[in-house]
Amino acid sequence: MIAWTIYITFGGALVLLFLPRVVSRWIALLTTVAGFAISLIALFQTAIVDLADFKTIARIPWVPMLGMEYHLAVDGISLTMALVTGLVALTAVLFSWDVEHRQNEFFFWLLLVVAGSYGVFLSADLFLLFLFYELVIVPKYFLIAIWGSTNKEYGAMKLTLYSFFGGALVFIGILAIYVTAGSLDLNQLVQFQFPPQLQLWGFPVLFLGFGVLAGVWPLHTWAPTGHVAAPTAGSMLLAGIVMKLGAYGGLRVAMNLFPQGFHMWSTWIAVLAVIGIVYAAAVALRQCDLKFVIGYSSVSHMGFVLLGLATANALGVSGAVLQMFSHGVIAALLFAVAGRMLYRRTHTRELDALSIMNLSRALPFAAFTFVIASAASMGIPGFSGFAAEITILVGAWKAFPIAVWITGAGMVLVAAFTLRALQQSFFGESSATTPVGSAALSGDAKSSSASLTLITSSAERSIHPPEVAPITLPEKWGACLLMLTTLAVGLYPKVLLDRIQPAVEAMTFLK
Amino acid sequence: MNYLELLKLASPEAIVVITALAVLVVGLTSDRAVILCSFIAALGLALTVGAVLMLPHNATLFGGMLVITPLNSLFKIICIALAFFTVLLARSDRASRNPGEYLAMLLLATIGLMLLVGSEEFLMIFIGLELLGLSLYVMAAFDKTDLRSAEAGLKYFLFGSTASAFTLFGISLIYGMSGTTGLAAISEKLATASVQPLLAVGIVMTLIGFAFKIAAAPFHLWAPDAYQGAPVPSGAFIASGSKVASFVVLGKIVLVGFAPMHGSADWHAMVAGWSPVLAALSALSILLGNLVALAQTNVRRLLAYSAVAHAGYTLLGLVAGGRDGFSATLFYTTVYAITLVGAFGVVAVVRRVTGGDDFADFSGLWMHSPLLAGCMAIFMLSLAGIPPLAGFFGKFYLFSAALRAGTNHGLLWLVALALFGSLISLYYYLIVLKVIFVDAAAADTSLKPESYRSDLLQRGVITVLAAAVLVLGIMPETLAARIIASLP
Repeated sequence: MIAWTIYITFGGALVLLFLPRVVSRWIALLTTVAGFAISLIALFQTAIVDLADFKTIARIPWVPMLGMEYHLAVDGISLTMALVTGLVALTAVLFSWDVEHRQNEFFFWLLLVVAGSYGVFLSADLFLLFLFYELVIVPKYFLIAIWGSTNKEYGAMKLTLYSFFGGALVFIGILAIYVTAGSLDLNQLVQFQFPPQLQLWGFPVLFLGFGVLAGVWPLHTWAPTGHVAAPTAGSMLLAGIVMKLGAYGGLRVAMNLFPQGFHMWSTWIAVLAVIGIVYAAAVALRQCDLKFVIGYSSVSHMGFVLLGLATANALGVSGAVLQMFSHGVIAALLFAVAGRMLYRRTHTRELDALSIMNLSRALPFAAFTFVIASAASMGIPGFSGFAAEITILVGAWKAFPIAVWITGAGMVLVAAFTLRALQQSFFGESSATTPVGSAALSGDAKSSSASLTLITSSAERSIHPPEVAPITLPEKWGACLLMLTTLAVGLYPKVLLDRIQPAVEAMTFLK
Repeated sequence: MNYLELLKLASPEAIVVITALAVLVVGLTSDRAVILCSFIAALGLALTVGAVLMLPHNATLFGGMLVITPLNSLFKIICIALAFFTVLLARSDRASRNPGEYLAMLLLATIGLMLLVGSEEFLMIFIGLELLGLSLYVMAAFDKTDLRSAEAGLKYFLFGSTASAFTLFGISLIYGMSGTTGLAAISEKLATASVQPLLAVGIVMTLIGFAFKIAAAPFHLWAPDAYQGAPVPSGAFIASGSKVASFVVLGKIVLVGFAPMHGSADWHAMVAGWSPVLAALSALSILLGNLVALAQTNVRRLLAYSAVAHAGYTLLGLVAGGRDGFSATLFYTTVYAITLVGAFGVVAVVRRVTGGDDFADFSGLWMHSPLLAGCMAIFMLSLAGIPPLAGFFGKFYLFSAALRAGTNHGLLWLVALALFGSLISLYYYLIVLKVIFVDAAAADTSLKPESYRSDLLQRGVITVLAAAVLVLGIMPETLAARIIASLP
């Protein structure tokens, strides 16, 4: 049944091209709701024992002469990823309810990204997986280049070329696998013993290739610029789904097929992951643009995923998958607030400009959402981020104790930049003290008239919150959905971990 | 061998000759020459396909001068189909001032293609090459009102005739060494011969002529001007039909005729032979074509440099050799030809409406004609190798064949280079699409969206070609299985 997520989403995209633009967002909503519902039902209806193996759900010969098959399969990991895809896709549509410019096309490209992502998570044939993986690249370009903001063409091109570069590396790895083993079926390939020499060079090529999309340091630079340039839904999809495609590919293909190569290189991956966590958090601390802060925070959080994968034990890898889910939800929420709730209303994302607007009073709901999202992002217990990161760190403690120490320091940085962004964007100075009083105090006769007007104007603005449109109903729905999910998973992570862990334990690379 | 049987086996060629003559006569006498001539030409080509289908499975005439095999028949049909689409595109081009002559030249070039594809003997191959070449030189220079067209024709002619001279000289050397001109017979002789300097010179010189035809660097210098300056349908035909036939023949020459001299292009294990030569041509074409294409601002010139790069990718299959490699090469070049005819079709429409084919003339095409813009997106993305389009499968097939051929992934260096090249290529194809989809249309009120829609036939042809690229990407088996089944 889960296979229908792919068909429905592709179908919805095609239908969009031929219907009048009035109905396009409803079609998109309908499609994504269906996808979300199907993935939700599929995850919770399947018995947990069935989620351990990568079980075939559809298998049709496609290009028999080269051994290619249309072959879909599911286990706990792929169903979890399909669920986050469905959730982020649905909320992305809700947060793009106000898109008016070339509406049909917008939702067309958006649904293509979603459909391709479902495809990657469900594919059990390497060629099919790679096909879906590459299919996602070009729609992202158009989403950003046409509907984006700040420096959009540069950001779009950079993102596309980085993705394609990663794709080229993956291509080499897949060809090497195919030519050596003579098969493309993932379930068969897992049984195949690849020569150690191939694993030695094949693993880093494949893993780094996928890693480009996962934002592995130092190939992460597409992520912040891409996130900033993208429209709200684009950033949500990028951070929520597309970055997970890379991590998923690294896990499903690189690590699972080349276990020996993985063990040879796992320390290096951990090193890259830790550098990514700390470096991105430090950079985020110095950003002025709210979306840049969130963009770098995504890189930092994806570093946790890589660290979890590098541990090569069941706990760490399960934590990594949970972190993929959790970060998908939290990043989508953060970008929704920054892109849709703030930027569309205030037309600025500069933290300095936002800090004098007294937005917590003008947009209380947005402020509330951002507080929740920030708390989840910082890893406050009770939210999914904490559950995932603590699992990863426990796993990492067994493999790389030093990495945990450094990462611990990195988490302080994460808390620091998140709090800074939260404080400056919604709870700026003007709302902290009584504005009139401070203006009167500083407004003595000696100060220049220019600074006086500046202060009075800011004071005036803080007395009367800026005229902004109220938060709309679709935004509320989307935000509530995401907040509830991160809270539910945070309070009861077992609901997902129970489904992820058996699938992870079935993998070949566990020590 | 009686003449009746000869006529029967050569009936496709005969039909095209008759059609060419008929078109020439009608063009001179009729008032409504444009429509009538294209109709006759299209009809003649359709009949020719029928005649090819009626041919026996296998036959050999005059020691290989005319050979009928499933492979030859398949590629005759593909070449005729490409000519057919070119005829339809030519109907509304400016060059069709003298439609009779133009279409007659096109049909003569088609005969050249059919002779090239259908022969396994050096003399006949050379005749086919010359017939094709001479017709194409004229077609390139056909637009008398355009200085660029004359330049294109002259450049193409000068480079082409020099290359032909090289090939003829190479053929004569090989004839001198082996005493025969049949490919299979040459192969037998070479099997016992050692690599002598004279033989090496002969082989390399023969290859040069074909490197020119497929526009592989460093023999590509004619391509940018010919693609840009020639009338659009001529450019389309040079880029598609001529290239497909050249690859078929080149493959037969190296894989059948020069089979014993294969050598090896594996990293650290190079063995002298023709495959290192082709590998060098391929690597140079990929690098040079892609890098120079980055700097272009004219769509046709960009397509020319990308053609150089694609010649490089396609050669990969021949370097790999074997049934798999040849089949991958043939699949890729066919898909490429279909894509290019379509892309040139879009260029033709835009050129007719805006009067140019620079990037600026394409800006905002999306606004005026979503259909054409969508088709162009399919063509460009297929060239870049984005799934689910045919170019993606073609690359996968090609690269996997190349990787499988070398011992211990010996050709990995070339595959990696080709992938690096396609990474570069994505940038410039995306720039074209950016101009079409993202940039605002020029504020030129004289352009009416209707003028993009005026020619229904042309739009139909472009749509069919775009659909073909999509279908061949989703169901590549339809063509790939046919090709591999037709290979011995």
